[in-house]
Amino acid sequence: MSDDNDKPDIPGSGREHLAPIPEQVDPGSPQHVDLQRPDVLSVEKEIDLTQKSYSQGELIRRRFFRHRGAMISLAFLVFITLMAVTSIGWGPIPGWWPKNYWDASFVQDGGRPTLTFFPPSWGEQPFGQEDAGKDYFALVMRGTQRSLTIAFTVGILTTIIGTLIGAIAGYFRGWTEAILMRVTDLFIVIPLLVLAAVLGQRSGGGIWPLAIMLSLVSWTGLARLVRGEVLSLREREFVTAAEAIGTSPWRIILKHILPNTMGTIIVSATLTIAAVILLESALSFLGFGVQPPDTSLGLLISTYQNSFTVRPWLFWWPGLIILGIALSVNFLGDGLRDAFDPRQSRSSD
Amino acid sequence: MGVSALILVLGSVFLFFITVFSGDPLEDLRESRDRNREQLMEARTRNMNLNEPWYVRYWMWATGVAKCVTLNCDLGMDSRGASINTALVNAAGSTLRLVTLATVLAIIIGITMGILAAIRQYSGFDYMVTFLAFLFFSLPVFWVAVLLKEYAAIRFNNWIADPSVSLTAAIIVGLLFGLLLASLLGGDLRRKLLTGATAALVAFGAVTYFDQLGWWRQPALGLGLVVLIAVAAGVLLTYITVGRTNRKILYAALTTVALGVVGTFIFNSWITAPTYPLLLLMLAISIAVAIAVGWLWGGWDKSIAIWVSIGTALTFAGATVMDQLLRNWGPFLDRKPRPISTIGSGSVNFEGPFWTGVWDWGVQLILPTIVLTVISLASYSRYTRASMLETIRQDYVRTARSKGLSERVVITKHALRNALIPITTIVAFDFAGLIGGAVVTETVFGWKGMGALFQEGLQRVDPGPVMAFYLVTGTAAVLMNMLADIAYAFLDPRIRT
Repeated sequence: MSDDNDKPDIPGSGREHLAPIPEQVDPGSPQHVDLQRPDVLSVEKEIDLTQKSYSQGELIRRRFFRHRGAMISLAFLVFITLMAVTSIGWGPIPGWWPKNYWDASFVQDGGRPTLTFFPPSWGEQPFGQEDAGKDYFALVMRGTQRSLTIAFTVGILTTIIGTLIGAIAGYFRGWTEAILMRVTDLFIVIPLLVLAAVLGQRSGGGIWPLAIMLSLVSWTGLARLVRGEVLSLREREFVTAAEAIGTSPWRIILKHILPNTMGTIIVSATLTIAAVILLESALSFLGFGVQPPDTSLGLLISTYQNSFTVRPWLFWWPGLIILGIALSVNFLGDGLRDAFDPRQSRSSD
Repeated sequence: MGVSALILVLGSVFLFFITVFSGDPLEDLRESRDRNREQLMEARTRNMNLNEPWYVRYWMWATGVAKCVTLNCDLGMDSRGASINTALVNAAGSTLRLVTLATVLAIIIGITMGILAAIRQYSGFDYMVTFLAFLFFSLPVFWVAVLLKEYAAIRFNNWIADPSVSLTAAIIVGLLFGLLLASLLGGDLRRKLLTGATAALVAFGAVTYFDQLGWWRQPALGLGLVVLIAVAAGVLLTYITVGRTNRKILYAALTTVALGVVGTFIFNSWITAPTYPLLLLMLAISIAVAIAVGWLWGGWDKSIAIWVSIGTALTFAGATVMDQLLRNWGPFLDRKPRPISTIGSGSVNFEGPFWTGVWDWGVQLILPTIVLTVISLASYSRYTRASMLETIRQDYVRTARSKGLSERVVITKHALRNALIPITTIVAFDFAGLIGGAVVTETVFGWKGMGALFQEGLQRVDPGPVMAFYLVTGTAAVLMNMLADIAYAFLDPRIRT
């Protein structure tokens, strides 16, 4: 457990390098035959280099937009986010859904969901009603709003903290680096969930304090990653050149080094969001995350887990939405990694 | 080692500090209207030494733990005045049982899946593994656990009361098995169809045959199947290690199986009604015999012969245990008609012969283990696949192929061993995360394990149980890292010092 860059990242930290590794044309290998097969999942087959040359950013964008899994995930994520925000509104702004998530009412038909796919129709209570007759669709949308808010806040805060600390540790070395490495080691002996639970208890159940507490524990992975990249970048010629003409260290970090680590940072931020969705719901389920006046998807599952046999829809909907969000964010991260690092993508350029 | 110890100590200070300041331990009493409120508050203050500042309390805790050096641990009392030592001993047993089993299973299954996916890159099997890994990554642990409780426990209990497999279910099982095997074995379309159809028919036949026999309530393997499994394992191990050229290794494995059969007859009374020490003794005997057999047959390849014999002997022992367990499934069902209870880690007053007793806690272990295994399986298989693909591309693998080595030697000797090096680190790092997952899993399945210890301690803002939890998980994590370092040195001779 030393500061050893060869070691891969901790599983579950969101930086597992899930993208497949490109296959090389190796005449001696038995996989050679497979190469001849048209690869339907290729992301940049149609780029014709003879006609137009693309900038780095354009190439990345094109690769990303051609990644089918990532595009489907992105569409799903946008759909869920829009649905959650517009249906019941945000704060004082009202949404298009006529019911709210706090009024109890008469339970009709045992609270069974009225959503049907064939013929497609919403009905009165698409996701059914919970025990007190509250509209479950509005409740789930509220939970989705809250969970997404936490996930995105933590994603952004973690990225800022992790990038800054990683860059400082990698560029200045010295005591910052020593502290960073010791703090990362701490996460080997204290499970992340345990640390988050203790801090979550402290936050008292509101979503903003919880988001800040979660950001405080989940930056280490990214910081290690950025530090590793900065360590190699600071030895490059363009940094030496910038130092030689007297550029200030901060300018070097911000203008010369960090733009080169953008790919790592963006991918890592995406995967952090997926991890945080799961972490937050697990914490809320245990009772150390979001507390009752407020709600979140994990809390909904925790509240209604015992009504599974009577009203399974109370259990299915929030779980499926958590699964859908986490899955699509993970696929999105995979697509982004393929786009930023074509060495890892499936296509043979 | 020194660094690990330092981190353990620093981690304990940090966790103690944030636990103490995570809330107010007297909160519920301050709001209570009990007449003896003052006494209760005073008692709790005394139990938790609340009149001292936190660092003094930490020092008291640390000196108590320091007595562990003389095997005389004192973890103090929790806020209700109960000794934490006893609570921890009970809790740690069930949790470590769960986590260890899940880790071992996840390592074996995950690495195998990763290797197969890498060898058959871009096949149907590879895409399936990739998709499943993504799915498992994104699964909320508690949600899966509740689902399993409903479908694998309650519905299974209903089914086992009068088990029968419908024709459609048998056909589906057969088709799935056929598809899996066909995509795994590969080859051209004709060969795939042939293997798929054969496997599907065999699986379908087996399921219907078992159904006719009433095997679901009265299962058994029988000596014949045990021998068959052990011989298959011996042949497989021989093929993986030396191939078909060296007959001596194969003879060693077969001799081990033969001696195993003799052993089952000699120790028959011990096997049918054993105790744990007897089981360990028999295991030791079988390993000793295997070593002797390997030594005698080995010739120039003594060490390989010994390892293959030991592997065969362990498979034989495992199959025998499985056989005994299956034979006792019926008697167990008579004692406990609904076998899998959704809560707890075993029945309170279960009485019965040894093997039914094993079933009693064994069935409770199945569902939480599945949950934990599935979660870590995803990352292990992905890492192994990536690492394996990377090594397969290396120049020395190409050299090995070009000098005419068989694919088996290239994969097992050149690629696999190097691909495993990064995996050991991941497994060690993952252990702490797995214990975190165990907290959630235990809560859902109602185990009185370390998860409950931690959760209740934290809810009462009581550092004692939380620190006891930390003591076990932290030590386990440090131990796992040391094991990983040893495995590292074993796999990579360059870092031996």
